[in-house]
This record gives sequence, structure tokens and C-alpha cells, in this order.
Amino acid sequence: MNEFEQMYREVILDHYKNPRGHGVLEHADAEADGQNPLCGDEVSIYVAFAEDGETIDEVKFSGRGCAISQAATSMLTEMVQGRTASDVATLDKDELLAEIGIPLTPVRLKCAVLGLTTLKVALHKAKGTPLPDGLAGFDELEIL
Amino acid sequence: MTAGLRKLDARALRADFPIFLQEIHGRPLAYLDSANSSQKPRQVLDAMTTFYETSYANVHRAVHVLGERATAGLEGAREKVRALLNAPDAREVIFVRNATEALNLVAYSWGGNNLGPGDAVVVTQLEHHSNFVPWQYIAKRNGAEFLMLSLDDHGDVDFSGLDEIVRDCNVKVVATNLVSNSLGTIADLGPLVRWAHELGAIFVCDAAQAAPHMRVDVQALDCDFLAISGHKMCGPSGIGALWGRGDLLRAMEPFLLGGHMINSVRYERTTWGELPHKFEAGTSPIVEAVGLGAAVDYLEAAGLDAIEAYEHELAAYALGRLGEVPGITLYGPSAERRAGVVSFNLEGIHPHDVAQILDRQGVAIRAGHHCCQPLMHKLGVAATNRASFYLYTLPEEIDQLVEGLYTVRKVFA
Repeated sequence: MNEFEQMYREVILDHYKNPRGHGVLEHADAEADGQNPLCGDEVSIYVAFAEDGETIDEVKFSGRGCAISQAATSMLTEMVQGRTASDVATLDKDELLAEIGIPLTPVRLKCAVLGLTTLKVALHKAKGTPLPDGLAGFDELEIL
Repeated sequence: MTAGLRKLDARALRADFPIFLQEIHGRPLAYLDSANSSQKPRQVLDAMTTFYETSYANVHRAVHVLGERATAGLEGAREKVRALLNAPDAREVIFVRNATEALNLVAYSWGGNNLGPGDAVVVTQLEHHSNFVPWQYIAKRNGAEFLMLSLDDHGDVDFSGLDEIVRDCNVKVVATNLVSNSLGTIADLGPLVRWAHELGAIFVCDAAQAAPHMRVDVQALDCDFLAISGHKMCGPSGIGALWGRGDLLRAMEPFLLGGHMINSVRYERTTWGELPHKFEAGTSPIVEAVGLGAAVDYLEAAGLDAIEAYEHELAAYALGRLGEVPGITLYGPSAERRAGVVSFNLEGIHPHDVAQILDRQGVAIRAGHHCCQPLMHKLGVAATNRASFYLYTLPEEIDQLVEGLYTVRKVFA
């Protein structure tokens, strides 16, 4: 089973089966929905700021998807707790990938960063800052 | 099984496919993703290589020998596709990139000029996005209605709303598939075709998943347009075909404009070429067409009826074996009503994870929404696993899949 343990570290399976920060914040200060159109993974992220309006006080997420997307989002909620919105809005994805700690194929990389991308969209929307390149198109694209 | 039917020898056919000479992650390759795209036999690869090495030039406008050979190759392939589909006239066979492009051609060129307010396009919840999104887009752009026949709880198209549709709208297009790419359901299109024609509507058939696996006859179907993709039927990628009724094609505006599709070009006015050239702007995928022709020969030699019968056997075997796996949900109809496609889910395990762990065991399946999000919505899932079979599939590949699923369950236990 070694090769599979390498693909799905125990910590990934633990976050998948017991996601941290799972749920909905009714009066969120920032929120966004993200989808991975390749596989149908879905994540909604809700953020509450502390009284300073900048520090992330609480993050919750709901959604469904593969173990990688859901575990990575669960890990993310722990990572960003107590950090500032501007810090997280520009967070390097490598920080999250280091936390995930397993080799990811290009397809699975999209699963891994779905939660982070959605969180960044939520923060940019709440702060009124323009979406950086690469996040455009995530923002509820309507063709018609 | 029909008496006297040629029996398919999958083991012998498999030897024609070089891809199976390798191992994947140290295991024999169990390629159960043929509905996504099929593998290619040596005969197709050789036909394309030989053509490049001996006969290649541009078509239809060279007076030299190679130009003649190339034109003969392209037009020979057109005749093979005509015969495969039992089309009345090879000029009604338009080469395109794939079924998606074929359906876009009809949606833009026919739908774009014939749909307006009060009109309706009717599709089903079982469509691939390629026969859904173009119609949704063109209908909205032209102010027409876009209507979807939903599935009942058995996964079959619910026809109970047809009368209501007729009361409210002028149905101009009915578009649906012959075989579902997600569930493998083989549709009985007869009643829907008759309904469409009684209303004066055109019937557009997406046969991308049907043509590789069974005999498709445009005259027996009595459809008006039919789309196929070469890459799903042992041919190369980048080539597909649209068949359309000649009178409709002749009356239509072109889709892509430019070289080769013209009769004469003046500053004041351009006139369109004859069929099929009017719809084949630019240099064609010449060698891909030759490859498709070789693929048609290959399928005819194997026998399309034999392929269909063999896939029913595989589907029945797969449904039985997969049904043994704890926590599995199988989607779609009984084996005799389906082509070689089985969609399923393992309880609590996302298809992406299933597919990745299977891949490490040499098993290739598709995991995702299969370009059928309206269907996934009906099933109440974001995605499914899909194992799909073809004329080179062996029962032991299905065994390898089942064994792999037990490993998946262990990893996620």
C-alpha cells in the first residue's frame, strides 16, 4: 500500500473525512463560490473579519468534491486563521502545496488550489480590489 | 444473438493496437476510457504514414500527380463515410473537426438563420454539452425558446410534456443523441423523429457515441442531420463528419468562410461553392480523413453488428462484476439497452480519487461530469466514474477494474 500512502497521506484523508471549518457563516463579511469545471468540484467559502475589519477571524467552507480539493480547503481554513485579508489575498499557492505535501499532477493541482482561489476571490470582492490575472473568469462568469 | 452473426474476436483485434504493448505503472494496461476516445489500430496508423510518405499534397487545386492522389484519398474517405452511414450521396458528407463542430455548424448555419421568437429547440437532459450548449446559445441569441426534456427516475427521457410544448411553441429543431456518452443508453429515436417531422421540425442526431459501436443508418433513422467524431471510432483526432439532407444543406448559409468554399469572389459579391465544398473552408484535415477512411474499413471488417453484440456482452459482465463491489451505485439501463458504457460511484469516495488510485493499478477510466452537467444534476452528483469498452476490450480488464476498486476502498477505509 506504500504507493497509495504516498498519494493520499494520512493527514489528507483525515482532513477529507473530518473537515475543519466545514459549514456556512450566515453573516459573512466575504464569500465566494468556486467550481472546477473539469471535474465538478464545488467550494463555497465564507469569511468573518475581526473588529479591525482586516484580520480573518473565522473561515468556513461548504461544497463537495474529491479528497484533494476538500482536504486542501480544510487545511486552508486552519492556515489563514488570524492572518490579514491582504496577506491571504496574495498568498503564494506553494505555501498551501507544502502543507498538502504530496506530488500532484497538473489536473490534481487544480483541485488542490480550488479553495485558495475561491478564498482569494472572496477577499478581493469584499475589499473591492481588482482580481489579479488568473483569477478573472472565476467571478461568476455569465456568457449571455 | 442473431443466427449466423459473425462473432467478434477481441483478442485477435487487440493485437492490432500498439498501445497495448506497454505496461502502465508496472501493470497491464486496462484501457476502459474508449467512450472518451478510442485507441488506434496499426492499420489506421499505417494508412496515414503511407499517405504522408507517398501521396501527400493539397487537395482539389493541384494539377500534379500528388495533388491527384491526395484528392483521391480525401474523396475516397468521404465515400467510405457515406457507405458507413448509408447516406444517399457522398456530397452530403461534410468533413469537420469532430461532432462538436458538426453540431455547431448546424446550430449556426441552420439555427442561426431559421430560429426566431416563438420558435423552439428541444433537446434532452441526456445530451452531451456539444448537442446542448450550441442550441442553448443560438436559441437565446435569436430570441427562440430552448427546451429540455427531463429524465424520469429510471433515467429514461420523459415524453409526457410534448403536447404542452406544441401548445406554447413552434418547434423547429429536435436534437438528441442516439447513444448517451454518460449512461450508454441506446435511444429509441423513432417516435421522437416522427413527432419532429409531424411538426415540420428538423431532427438533429448526435451519433458520436453510436457510430463507433453499432450500425448507424441515416435513412433508417430518417434524421435530417447526423454528427460523428473520428477519434471515438478508431480514427485519428481532428476529423469528424456531418451528414445532412442535401436540400437542407444546399439552402443553408455557409458556416466558415474563406478559401475553397467559394464559387467566385468579386469585390461586390461572393458566391458559394457546391456541396460539400461550401462547408469545407480552408485546407481540410486531409490525412486525418484518410485515417478515418481506414478506420471505417477496420470497423466494417470487424463487423458493426458483431461489435454491438460483443459490447452488450461486456456491459452485462461489467454490470454483474461491479455489482459485487460494496458501496457501489450503478447508473443507467440494463445491459441489452446500453452500449459499452458503465457509470458508477463508490459511496463516500469522489470519482477523481477513484480514478487516480485505479490509474496506479494500470486501469484508465474517466472521472468527471462527462460533459453532461444537466444529467449529473438529475443524478444528484457532481461527477461519476465511467468505464467504457470497445472491440479490443477483454473481460480481464473489467476484472482488473473490480480488483482496483477493492484497493480504492481499502485506501479510503
